[in-house]
Amino acid sequence: MPILEVKNLVTRFYTIEGVVHALNGVSFDLEEGEILGIVGESGSGKSVAMMSLLNLLPMPPARIERGKALFYENGGQDSVDLLTLTKAERRRVRGGKIGYIFQDALSALNPVMTVGRQIGESLMEHLGLSGEDAKHRAVELLEHVGIPGAEKRYYNYPHQFSGGMRQRVMIAIAIACDPKIVIADEPTTALDVTVQAQIVELIKRLQEELRLAVIWITHDLGVVAGIADRVLVMYAGYPVEISLVDDLYNNPVHPYTKGLLGALPGIGGKRAGRLESIEGAPPDLLAKPKHCQFVWRCPYAFDRCRNEMPELVEIAPKHYTKCFL
Amino acid sequence: MTGKTGDLNKMFNNHQPNGSENAGDVMIRVENLKKYFPIVQGVVWRRRVGAVKAVDGISFNINKGETLGVVGESGCGKSTAGRAILQLQRPSSGRVYIDDTELTTLNKASLRRLRPRMQMIFQDSYDSLNPRQSVGQIIAEPMVINGTYTRSRIYDRIAELLELVGLSIDHAGRFPHEFSGGQRQRINIARALALEPDFIVCDEPISALDISIQAQVVNLFQDLQRDLNLTYLFIAHDLSMVQHISNRVAVMYLGKIMELAGRDDLFANPAHPYTQSLISSAPFPDPALERKRKRITLSGEVPSPANPPAGCVFHTRCPVAEKICAVEIPAYREIMKSHFAACHLADDQGAGKIL
Amino acid sequence: MMEIAKGTGLRIDRAPNTGIRAKAAYVCKLLWRDKTGLAGLIIVLIVITAAVFAPFLSPYDPLQQDLRSAKTPPAWTEEGDMDHPLGTDNLGRDILSRIIYGTRVSLTVGFFGVLIACSIGMVIGLISGYVGGLTDNIVMGLVNMILALPYLVFVVFIAAILGRSLLIVILIFGFTDIPIFVRITRGEVLRIRESGYIEAARSIGAGNGRIIFRHILPNLIGPLITIATFEMSAMIFYEAGLGFLGLSVPPSVPSWGNMLSTGRQYLTIYPWIATYPGLAIVFTGLGMNLLGDWFRDVLDPRLRRIKR
Repeated sequence: MPILEVKNLVTRFYTIEGVVHALNGVSFDLEEGEILGIVGESGSGKSVAMMSLLNLLPMPPARIERGKALFYENGGQDSVDLLTLTKAERRRVRGGKIGYIFQDALSALNPVMTVGRQIGESLMEHLGLSGEDAKHRAVELLEHVGIPGAEKRYYNYPHQFSGGMRQRVMIAIAIACDPKIVIADEPTTALDVTVQAQIVELIKRLQEELRLAVIWITHDLGVVAGIADRVLVMYAGYPVEISLVDDLYNNPVHPYTKGLLGALPGIGGKRAGRLESIEGAPPDLLAKPKHCQFVWRCPYAFDRCRNEMPELVEIAPKHYTKCFL
Repeated sequence: MTGKTGDLNKMFNNHQPNGSENAGDVMIRVENLKKYFPIVQGVVWRRRVGAVKAVDGISFNINKGETLGVVGESGCGKSTAGRAILQLQRPSSGRVYIDDTELTTLNKASLRRLRPRMQMIFQDSYDSLNPRQSVGQIIAEPMVINGTYTRSRIYDRIAELLELVGLSIDHAGRFPHEFSGGQRQRINIARALALEPDFIVCDEPISALDISIQAQVVNLFQDLQRDLNLTYLFIAHDLSMVQHISNRVAVMYLGKIMELAGRDDLFANPAHPYTQSLISSAPFPDPALERKRKRITLSGEVPSPANPPAGCVFHTRCPVAEKICAVEIPAYREIMKSHFAACHLADDQGAGKIL
Repeated sequence: MMEIAKGTGLRIDRAPNTGIRAKAAYVCKLLWRDKTGLAGLIIVLIVITAAVFAPFLSPYDPLQQDLRSAKTPPAWTEEGDMDHPLGTDNLGRDILSRIIYGTRVSLTVGFFGVLIACSIGMVIGLISGYVGGLTDNIVMGLVNMILALPYLVFVVFIAAILGRSLLIVILIFGFTDIPIFVRITRGEVLRIRESGYIEAARSIGAGNGRIIFRHILPNLIGPLITIATFEMSAMIFYEAGLGFLGLSVPPSVPSWGNMLSTGRQYLTIYPWIATYPGLAIVFTGLGMNLLGDWFRDVLDPRLRRIKR
């Protein structure tokens, strides 16, 4: 039962240097209660895709050229296209139905407002709670995300929290209004590894408790392996491979996915040797993609790859790839 | 996460010309190195009200041609340690020897004469290149300062160095902002190699890069080490990369070394509870393994180095801490052969094990 | 490489523009995209042209009096004629010609005033920021004291004591503006001093001289040019203000301030005498500020504007 269905999303940026082809047709769906990991390097468009869905991009320079993002409610009875919402509807969805956890909690939180009020505000706006109820609920939420002394911490400002605690506050805001989907945009990238483990565990726990569908954006293949049910690999503005997590790590099909996994140290056996690096660099986003964008770095590329853009095809159950091989 | 075969140490020895250079020779010796940053208050009359103990008494050796990895969370003092060793920030106390020359007591001029031997590569490849200098100027600068290179020699050397790091002479006229992160880090490496150093401190040189680019740069580091017989102090927070590149690994926490051992030894038999939890927290790119793994999740975060806990600095987060840990600072001692740890509980019998 | 929008991680490579022609083409492209910067540049170029070619551009000698045609209104009013497009003042001097010649005084004061302030201010700011400690405390104390003075009163006071001449006006503005440049330079030096490339320079053995001249100075130039542009426009305003008070260049010299001063007496009856020099001042100030804004965006190689 999909809760979100994204179809052929295309986003471009019109800049002084030219047109930046940030997203070139992103399609995927998100099942109810699953964790979908979106993996990609910087510039692959993983964040742009999510920001497009929630209209978080600055427009201009950004423009969503085409695509649909169907959000299903009431067990698939109703659906709305997130990209064509009015301002008021969008507010209802953003923060209400879909929560967002940013990478940089410090800049995503308002520095001159206590964290309690920041949570409370969202509650009052989306759930129509009174001030008193909102406060009560906010303290509850802070406790729920594991902030000790929540009663007191309610009155603290963001800078009085450590990095990990701030990320917990962000999570509290994201889940405040009982959303169906939470989008976590590199929520642990800025954190230390021991704190990262805490946050990963917290989000996992909340996901199970609240039956959330989570989109987890990251560049860390290790984190994804531990948390995701399915994984989508992005490259140059489109998904190159979508698959169940075990399939992806055991039988990667797309040469880019293979390359990424090969580039990691520490998978049994090959530690002493060299890493298998993907030579070259990601493509220039200023050029309009006419064929597979990985050809320049692909060891298996042949003529067809240089002339045509492959389709995303299902090669095994629930395993899609965008490659001619 | 057990160690595998293939001792890197051996591998590097094989690559050294004729095997004549003895990899057992100590090149860098650090003794009880401390770096405190004063906390001052007041605008006109400044007075010291305390100190941030960024590095608080660390000692280790680095052998010729080996890579010592240093891992730890942010604020553990690993970067400061690297800078203090190179005297980019003068240490508060302690000794640093390169071969037999003691660095901390040298004056500026003699230190500058030693600069060619030891170099640093920084984390932020963008910030460490002057945006107003072309790549050629950047790489030429150390040689110009050094003064022993002729003009034509510098030109040749720029081409040589660019090629060495996988760029070409065509790039020499361009400016840093025209390059990608990986390429900029290559430029940094070329500059560091210009004076043919023996010892390079790499301060999180790959942390800011994408995975596929990280692998390229790590491979470059290893190739250069093999070809130029370099000695590295490799600072990172990514355990798997440190494990990949290092011969020995030091784990730091709040300015102190918690554990230091051979790479395979450390990852197979971590003695210190902090090392154990660090290894156990690191995510691993294997879903089946991730599901099976038992994790030690530490509570809380790293305390402030301005006000570190008494006794063992780790006792506030340690899952197996005992009474003594809060009172007495554990000695940094050799618990097994070439395996050092600073923990009251750790011994060669595997005491202090959490899992 | 630059990030297109915050948080997207999207970066694009700028085309490598090596070679002067490619660079010039790129600057032209930037100018063309940013119409306000272009407007500023055009205005400033017009003013400079007027100053340089004043004798060829002005229809009359700016000092030539002609009492018969005194107080002629501008050409487009009923009593005006094409002989004097912008009319004449109380002594029958051609206003257009006087405005054109007036650019010379304004630009001279602005340019040399800023030159003095900038060169001295930069050196002091550089030392203060680089050396730090007690030196810095003393310098910044003095700077803040001077900046706390009511500026215009201070300038008027000095001008009244020293008398009226172009040189004195330049010196007054040049010296009173030093603190602004000290403060800007010091701030930039403090920022640059902490950057990685300074540490990198130290790590390859660079001494203080090299760090200052090779690494800090080149990175100061961008911000200083921007501030200099803004300050130049401010000085042109202040010069006109002094002239209006009768404290700038001698009354015989055609300057915008002097023209305002003359026009003030006739403001209600013959408004054009003061209006057109006033417009010239506004026009020039606007142009310089637009240009300054554009400089700020363009002179930082890291921060090119992404906006369309």
